Amino acid sequence: MALDRWIALVLLGICLVYGYAAWFTMDGGLAPFMRRNPIWPSTFPKVLSIIAIMSALVILLGLEKGQAEDAKPTITWTEFRSYKLAQAALLLGLMVAYALLLRPAGFIASTMGFLILGSAVLGERRWITMVIVSGLATGVVWYLVQVVLGIFMRPLPAFMGV
Amino acid sequence: MLEGVLIGLETAFSIQNLLMVVGGCLIGTFIGMLPGLGPMSIIAIMIPVAISLGDPAAALILLAGVYYGAIFGGSTSSILLNAPGVAGTVATSFDGYPMARQGKAGKALTIAAIASFCGGTIGAILLMIFAPMLSSVALLFHSAEYFALMVVGLSAIAAFAGTGQVAKAIMMTVLGLIMATVGEGALFNMPRFTMGLMDLQSGFAFITLAMAMFALPEALFLVLDPARSKSGSSGDIKDLRITREEAKAMAPVVGRQSLQGFFIGVLPGAGATIASFLGYAVERNIAPKEEQEQFGKGSVKGLAAPETANNAACTGSFVPLLTLGIPGSGTTAILLGALIALNVSPGPRLMVDDPQIFWAVIISMYIGNLILLILNLPLIPYIAKVLALPRNFLIPFILFFTLMGAYIGQNNATELLILVGFGLCATVLRFADYPLAPLLIGFILGGMLEDNFSRSMQLYDGVSFIWERPMTLGLLMIALLLVVLPSYRARRAKARQSGVADGD
Repeated sequence: MALDRWIALVLLGICLVYGYAAWFTMDGGLAPFMRRNPIWPSTFPKVLSIIAIMSALVILLGLEKGQAEDAKPTITWTEFRSYKLAQAALLLGLMVAYALLLRPAGFIASTMGFLILGSAVLGERRWITMVIVSGLATGVVWYLVQVVLGIFMRPLPAFMGV
Repeated sequence: MLEGVLIGLETAFSIQNLLMVVGGCLIGTFIGMLPGLGPMSIIAIMIPVAISLGDPAAALILLAGVYYGAIFGGSTSSILLNAPGVAGTVATSFDGYPMARQGKAGKALTIAAIASFCGGTIGAILLMIFAPMLSSVALLFHSAEYFALMVVGLSAIAAFAGTGQVAKAIMMTVLGLIMATVGEGALFNMPRFTMGLMDLQSGFAFITLAMAMFALPEALFLVLDPARSKSGSSGDIKDLRITREEAKAMAPVVGRQSLQGFFIGVLPGAGATIASFLGYAVERNIAPKEEQEQFGKGSVKGLAAPETANNAACTGSFVPLLTLGIPGSGTTAILLGALIALNVSPGPRLMVDDPQIFWAVIISMYIGNLILLILNLPLIPYIAKVLALPRNFLIPFILFFTLMGAYIGQNNATELLILVGFGLCATVLRFADYPLAPLLIGFILGGMLEDNFSRSMQLYDGVSFIWERPMTLGLLMIALLLVVLPSYRARRAKARQSGVADGD
């Protein structure tokens, strides 16, 4: 089964859960006076869930002809393995780490760390250039966000005050 | 109209807005030139900046400047490196790159710049004529018609997704609509589908979603497949002049493609990409025999056609956005999101309530096109240096800017985790050829679609508005036809191929 149909299966699951919530559980807490309304909070989601489940089934069962054979396959397994998956995964990990560290470690430390480690993951080894570039960028962005846009960003780690 | 133009001139020629046009065009050109980064990512990254300007006219002018700057920059990298940064400029590389290989890179850039300028300017004139007409018709619309119109827009986007893709595009649109129902709606005062999480109380943030759908997957693709971000020096660019014969050959092409491109751009779902490919194909078909053979080998007409068409289509795509409040493409969907964030609701009332925004944007399009021509053309040899920027530095910065954009919008670190999660999902979806723009368009239109639907339901005490209002019924029929026809046609073509007789 091709990747797009696997995805359709996952989406079908999501839509079924959504549809279940819309059709069966959502209206439980509805106030009596709202029940006399022609439209309920669940009306639109109910319609959506039907369309979504139908289109997920169409993709899953391959009912829509015309593509499959002649169109290019979405992606082949060999092609996929030649991709730099480790690098991409590491960068995503760095982004998660950045999200978790931004508040506790402060903007300057986490941003410089992210930029330096990010280019290191991609194979850059000119450490001095990396430190200078990331330091400059961090400073400029902090200035823009804090001073020009006026959005508070804690620059230093939490234990150092501010 | 004259009054409107004067208001527009007054607003657009303020120092701040002029700076916005110049800045937007330059930023757009710079980033649009980087292979693999499309206008949608650039605009998504620029939104936090635009929103914090606080002035809707300035914000829209800035973002529009970035938009056509990016298209222009994309054609530069198509011509110089055969690496289109933007899907809308793929057709540009068919003839632009061979020309550059023959040592005529400067000439190719000039042709592209002039064609873009003409396409954009003629597009802006057409926009000025058609937008007020359309919006005066749209003022007669009732919420039922609005609901139907949005359904038509969304189905048109699915219909243009191409054969075999319609179900996927519908799936993505509905998924966007589903995501829009998460959180507290304006009509009901009760949280829906939040799964008890406080962070979802106000729904998903539009900026986060825009970044996750466009900027993040593009950056990840650059990491995954280094061949995509092929960078290199562009060589010397000299001799920017074109001859009189070349100008003569270009003129009719530019005239035809400005019109064709504009009207393709107006259709929802058919944007710059379709316009440029169609423009190229049409010009090749109507060219005389001997010139036809030149196409693909560095033909002046072959370069001018897609360049004119894609710029005219960019302008055309502003028509449904400004008059109906319905975005026809991913880019205009992002612009719509930015406008809503700034408390402006685009639609037929825009011309009445905020004429300065409407006209300033149109006037700024002229200025933007002029700036692209006079500022960028002499600067191109220098700007092209950005193509040599090392990707090891570039990619972490793109990722950092997506993170910052999401953070500034919400001031909340959880938003960053949502961004990474959705970004990962979006990348997987891209692998499987699921179009992502419909999802964002669905998400942005979701709230309005439901509001209009609910309002008509309340007014008519049920769904009777569908058959009691002929215009609503008509529009909904069109929507149904749009969705059903492509798959029916594909089915019939398939049946014919396998030797089965047609039913009709």
